[in-house]
Amino acid sequence: MSDQPLLSLKGLTKAYPGVVANDDVSFDIRPREVHALLGENGAGKSTLVKMIYGLVRPDSGIMAWNGQPYAPDNPATARQTGVGMVFQHFSLFDALDVAENIALGMDDPPPRRQLSRSIREVSQDYGLPLDPGRLVGELSAGERQRVEIVRCLLQNPRLLIMDEPTSVLTPQEVDILFATLRKLRDEGTAILYISHKLEEIRALCDTATVLRQGQKVATCDPRQKSARELAEMMVGKTLHQPERDTSASDDIVLEMRNLTLRSAHLFGTTLKDVSFALRRGEVLGIGGVAGNGQDELLAALSGEARSKRDALRMLGEPVGHLGPNARRAMGLLAAPEERLGHAAAPDMSLTENALLTAAWRQKLVRNGFVNWPRAQGFAEAVITRFDVRTPGPHVVARALSGGNLQKFVIGREISQEPEVLVVNQPTWGVDASAAAAIRQALLDLTARGGAVVLISQDLDEIMEIADRFAALNEGRLGTPRPTRGLTMEEIGLMLGGAGDMEVAHAQA
Amino acid sequence: MLRLEKRPQPSKAWTWATPLLAVALTMVAGGILFALLGKDPFVAIRMIFFDPLFSEQFGAYSRPQLLIKAAPLILIAIGLAIGFRAGVWNIGAEGQYIIGALCGAGVALAFFPTPGWYIFPLMILAGAAGGFAWAMIPAILRTKFNTNEILVSLLLVYVAERILAAMSLGLMRNPDIAGFPGSRNLRHYPSAHNAEIIAGTGMHWGVVAAFIAVIFAYILLHRHILGFQVRLAGQAPRAARFAGVAPTRLVILCLGISGMLAGLAGMFEVSGPAGQVNIDFAVGYGFTAIIVAFLGRLHPVGIVLAGLLMALTYIGGELAQFMLRLPSASIQVFQGMLLFFLLAVDLLTNYRIRFARKEATA
Repeated sequence: MSDQPLLSLKGLTKAYPGVVANDDVSFDIRPREVHALLGENGAGKSTLVKMIYGLVRPDSGIMAWNGQPYAPDNPATARQTGVGMVFQHFSLFDALDVAENIALGMDDPPPRRQLSRSIREVSQDYGLPLDPGRLVGELSAGERQRVEIVRCLLQNPRLLIMDEPTSVLTPQEVDILFATLRKLRDEGTAILYISHKLEEIRALCDTATVLRQGQKVATCDPRQKSARELAEMMVGKTLHQPERDTSASDDIVLEMRNLTLRSAHLFGTTLKDVSFALRRGEVLGIGGVAGNGQDELLAALSGEARSKRDALRMLGEPVGHLGPNARRAMGLLAAPEERLGHAAAPDMSLTENALLTAAWRQKLVRNGFVNWPRAQGFAEAVITRFDVRTPGPHVVARALSGGNLQKFVIGREISQEPEVLVVNQPTWGVDASAAAAIRQALLDLTARGGAVVLISQDLDEIMEIADRFAALNEGRLGTPRPTRGLTMEEIGLMLGGAGDMEVAHAQA
Repeated sequence: MLRLEKRPQPSKAWTWATPLLAVALTMVAGGILFALLGKDPFVAIRMIFFDPLFSEQFGAYSRPQLLIKAAPLILIAIGLAIGFRAGVWNIGAEGQYIIGALCGAGVALAFFPTPGWYIFPLMILAGAAGGFAWAMIPAILRTKFNTNEILVSLLLVYVAERILAAMSLGLMRNPDIAGFPGSRNLRHYPSAHNAEIIAGTGMHWGVVAAFIAVIFAYILLHRHILGFQVRLAGQAPRAARFAGVAPTRLVILCLGISGMLAGLAGMFEVSGPAGQVNIDFAVGYGFTAIIVAFLGRLHPVGIVLAGLLMALTYIGGELAQFMLRLPSASIQVFQGMLLFFLLAVDLLTNYRIRFARKEATA
């Protein structure tokens, strides 16, 4: 490694009304280095990389690029200097093809034919096969990420910023991505890698900078630290490990039989012949890469999408034809992935959002009239019990941070003591301590005799709290297997659709 | 450089201040408009906003007019507001108003000249049913075939106007007066006449109905689960489905209520202030009510205030037309400006303006 840093940050500070996002942050990124930026949600990682990428201007502090002052006014300047960024949320248009999407993100796109050729070349060179003519709407999440990466690579960046890149990938896809990133590093590109997945960082990164509440805690070599040490640096306290008490019985509470359901959306996934049985007291983990039918499965369980009467049975009763409130009355509750706009109404108060799913089960409504004091009482109870940080139940949902709103949403359902709770991505974008609290609350529910369907793309989460694991692939659900004893490789094969078969092909 | 920054919470203060600011801006821009037309802007504004209430010369005539004009506006706007809250855009209240009037008047003309206490209640039912039925056309087309209710309801206004003209010249024409369009005057048929309840105040049954509608809407929107579902569906449609709200039922409910109230407004108008079915019966209450609904923040109490204000601009506008010879189009422009400015300054409820250097754009 050379001594001259590629990018040097000195005393970067950025304050927003009411919160200091970055407070006097300094560190160096050297060429040929994979540098991890580690921190909880709200620790200031996004603000920091936005400053590097020219989206936000620091209040004070300076940056230097190869020793020269560097102060990008906008992303175009940053790209010209040699900074590329792959965002956590893809900015792609479903209805356009790969090449069109890439051209849209370039400052000066070459003619179509030439662009398609360079897309093929770059994607082959880096082991990220991509067909320039395919519609983005038909691509998997992993392929979409390739589009974003290739878009960056076409600009020959000297520094590549990756924001939580593996959150949507299967283990095999993660391996491919890591190979690509290592190859880039060996060619001299520096990589700033944002993540909260500690094992990944230890496997990939040379240096790690840990942020906590806007301040730099440490810059260290992650390979010299244990995952636990890193986590504690990040959170600032000892982490609570969820306790698991396997109490599953043979008593079946929920059963889905041969459910086939078309998605309500154009680019949605059709559920194909899905069957499973859920036992009292267990957590059934359903893994899979985004866009393989998770939203559709949740809708089929919550009652937003109705099916044949007998396709779904709750405590032996057919419920497939019932709507959400009738299912709630029977004890089948759900918490969708999208917090704002689906699980909660962004511009409504927490009291109103409590009413959203708890109206009948908590008797917040009598003869059609809302008992507002009672609804507020229920919202306050959820806030207290699940440690939701907010001034009070009158606050609108969108004013809460992601983690706090998620605690409220999950807490709202758990407080209604469901027989079966279906959750989709319960800890997505939630900080480590809130995630641990949510997982513990799910386990506590099963200890009281409830059962949980945990739909999640976070395999670590499934391995941590689920009793059985099944993979969702292109709308088909594999046979659930006990999580105890499953290896990551077996899980990867299940996710790839190989199911229980012993298939040798590992590379996608 | 000006920069907009989203507020973490919508501002309560601005929610109520924006209508007032919009009125003030309308006065300024309207004043400029009147000045360009060669009229004294201060006299014109005074004539529109103050003379109808406080002038000794015109007040006695204008004050009762205030309730007469405000009642249909409020009645229609209340119904529209419920739909707008749910994201159901009924733009065709004018058509429902016309059909309600035709149905109400039709009942009266069918019974003429039999006296009977039951005739007026029957007319009320017919008016409500007529408006409801006319609104069901866009409702059913939307729920069955996913057509756009904005377009369908709007186009049905023109169909309703044709029917009104046909009725005035044909079926409902007064057979006793040859050669003139228009029906019998219901004011001369006591059983069907929507007379003033207290003479000289402009207070008729339509005012009572508007008052009841305001209370009903307030309870529905703020105390009843159905009102919660209406607001939820408007703000977050996906969350509404998750909460078990059936979109189809909601569309029918919202269009049904707004159609019914518009129909009632038409019926009270034809049997009272207008007196007869005639080709010039529709004066645009159904469209102005859209402005009233938004000016009143889609809130029942706000709508009452907005309805009175719009009624004032109607009366004052007529006065200004008559006294200052302002063209009638300029008064309509003036009313339109009110909605324009309201929608523009509405931004301040959810955003605040920051003065910042250009580079700092985030």
